[in-house]
Amino acid sequence: MAEFSLPPESRFKEVPGRKHAAPEGASRVKTFRIYRWDPDGTEKPRVDNYEIDLDRCGPMVLDALIKIKNEVDSSLTFRRSCREGICGSCAMNIDGVNTLACTKPIEDVRKDVNIFPLPHMPVIKDLVPDLTHFYAQYASIKPWLQARTPAPPDRERAQSPEDQEKIDGPSACILCACCSTSCPSYWWNGDRYLGPAALLAAYRWLVDTRDEATGERLDELEDPFRLYRCHTIMNCTEACPKDLNPAKAIAEIKKMMLERHL
Amino acid sequence: MYTMVLSISHRISGVFQSAGLLLLAAWLVAAAAGEPAYEHASGWFALPWVKLVLVGWLAAFWYHFFAGLRHLAWDAGKGLDKASARRSGAWVVVLAVLATVGCLLAALPLLGVGS
Repeated sequence: MAEFSLPPESRFKEVPGRKHAAPEGASRVKTFRIYRWDPDGTEKPRVDNYEIDLDRCGPMVLDALIKIKNEVDSSLTFRRSCREGICGSCAMNIDGVNTLACTKPIEDVRKDVNIFPLPHMPVIKDLVPDLTHFYAQYASIKPWLQARTPAPPDRERAQSPEDQEKIDGPSACILCACCSTSCPSYWWNGDRYLGPAALLAAYRWLVDTRDEATGERLDELEDPFRLYRCHTIMNCTEACPKDLNPAKAIAEIKKMMLERHL
Repeated sequence: MYTMVLSISHRISGVFQSAGLLLLAAWLVAAAAGEPAYEHASGWFALPWVKLVLVGWLAAFWYHFFAGLRHLAWDAGKGLDKASARRSGAWVVVLAVLATVGCLLAALPLLGVGS
């Protein structure tokens, strides 16, 4: 059942958060307002303020987060790895939009930089969401090649450049979960609706000319929840930091369903 | 992310539009039920706030209509890239406003405004 408000223990007050002032002589100060929650403590979630001197900080939001962790508050917890938008670890809600901290310029945010974990996911700590279910949904679409025809003994399964182009876009997905966690349908029915990321992956295998399980894949998706909870809200496509188009992929899957029944 | 606002507006206008349709149906039923019933209903529809609700219904109808056409195009797989979706969304709002104002101007005598 859809939940429209947070349970009492998860509601937070903005006011009592801790403030970390910029050092003396800071020339270009920017305030980062960051969601904090510690699973081991008894405190409710809060928002802490960190003032950072941008003249002594890298250009991206992730640079600021790392600076805070290194120099101001080592208890701040977040995921990060590649710092160049290819691993998908540092996905979070910045300035009200899900994106990757490593590719989001601080300058793009006019006022204070609000940083929250990906929306509507259980929080493990601070900016780290629990993505167990998200990954399980990805696994459920069987994201691997399924073919009964054996591969040629002397070479790979060949594909024309045109056929390759069909999967170029969808296979660039880094599973950062920005799209799925921006989707209101996923917020409300995320237990049963697969969400844009998993459906984009499903599409990637549906249009792969080497894959021979198209029918079975469509059978699996033919469900009021798994596929059809998409109402073309378009948040997924708006949010994707890799500029992919899950909304379009889902629309194409719906068309395949229709064609199957004609 | 204004496509999201347009999306939830589509739902709300859909609900409002259906509810308003019941109101109009009640008017028609009253007309079919005979003169006293119709007179009674007309009394209701002469009230300024009921007229205002009808104007809201009109706006909801046109918004839902044009947003519905946008959804039909999407279901055909067209206009789903970011730029097109934003552009078509702006068009839906503009057309809905124009159609609503147009209908109002045409219906002013019927609504009895100014009489």
